Amino acid sequence: MSSSATLQRRPLVKEILKGADDNLLVIGGLGSSNWDITNAGDRPLNMPLWGAMGAPLGMGLGLALAQPSKRVLVVTGDADVMMSLGSLATIAAQQPDNLAICVLDNEKFGETGNQASHTSPRNNGPTNSGAGADLAMIAKGCGLADSATVRDQADVAQLVKDLRTKKGPVFRLVKVMVEKLEFVMPPQDGAHLKDRFRQALLGSA
Amino acid sequence: MSDWRDDIFEVFQDHDIKQVYHVPDAGHSRLIEACQKSNSIRTLALTTEEEGIAVAAGAWLGGQRSAMLMQSSGVGNTINMMGLTKTLRFPFLTLITMRGDYGEFNSWQYPMGRATPTVLEAMGVMLYSVDKADEVKATVDAAARTAFNGGQAAAVLLRQKLIGIKDFGKKKAKA
Repeated sequence: MSSSATLQRRPLVKEILKGADDNLLVIGGLGSSNWDITNAGDRPLNMPLWGAMGAPLGMGLGLALAQPSKRVLVVTGDADVMMSLGSLATIAAQQPDNLAICVLDNEKFGETGNQASHTSPRNNGPTNSGAGADLAMIAKGCGLADSATVRDQADVAQLVKDLRTKKGPVFRLVKVMVEKLEFVMPPQDGAHLKDRFRQALLGSA
Repeated sequence: MSDWRDDIFEVFQDHDIKQVYHVPDAGHSRLIEACQKSNSIRTLALTTEEEGIAVAAGAWLGGQRSAMLMQSSGVGNTINMMGLTKTLRFPFLTLITMRGDYGEFNSWQYPMGRATPTVLEAMGVMLYSVDKADEVKATVDAAARTAFNGGQAAAVLLRQKLIGIKDFGKKKAKA
């Protein structure tokens, strides 16, 4: 059985990033999250990752501390966060009030053929069982008090508001559908992505 | 003459370092405390050394310089993520207290300690090494210039001869 999620990641991320201005700094995790933020419109103040799995949470923290007057939003997948659980506690220790984390959880390893990830339920048979891991609860347990799960379209408007404006650190786990979507790719060169980001933010690369 | 750990703190200030990352480390503890007490430096305790590379990348994206303090035993945890310094081409500075080095008593420290220079070089990190207290300041300063002026990943190996041999079995051994 697949997840009962009904939210679609592409329109959701588009909604989250709607009207993004110079105040919003976005980091997208490798794979689908990268294509999702790019689908919403490639911009210099997006840092889409093509690798570095496990980096987005830490990167968001370093950026949020360096730019306290800007909003920093990390958009990434469940397995990426599962690979860097310790960073949740590292973030909680610093309590950056300008950092929001949006985890798109499809309960699958989407890049490698949709095998069950650790957030999939247990007892789904020998090839489709996860651990039933609840990242929102884990985040709360790591000290991120403002952590919640979103499943329904009716809660999306509030989700967007929380991610864009609520006092951080904000952690939102969003259950999304398993979908086959086209790749919408930003530039790949890391040094270029970094330089254009710094140029847009700081005026110099 | 000032303590070499205080010298490092001075270099951090000279180079306008704003974020310092660390894991628990006896060799770095005096420097960590100096950073924690500083008004100009944000000090972050990590859960694993790998995190430090990602946080440093984020800090640089936001226009701040950083430094990471770790032990040689933690270097292995950073190797894949260290590639980020090349992919994004951002300055990275790390100071590494060596174990499994000069007179190490704990055999568990040798494998990673001995491999530390090799694996860092394999990832393209520029290495500096210092074992004399009066050379620490100039060496860390050179590494910081390599990182922040030269745009490289640079590491200073603070040799065990400099730090002193950890020997908590000393008293028992006499009995």
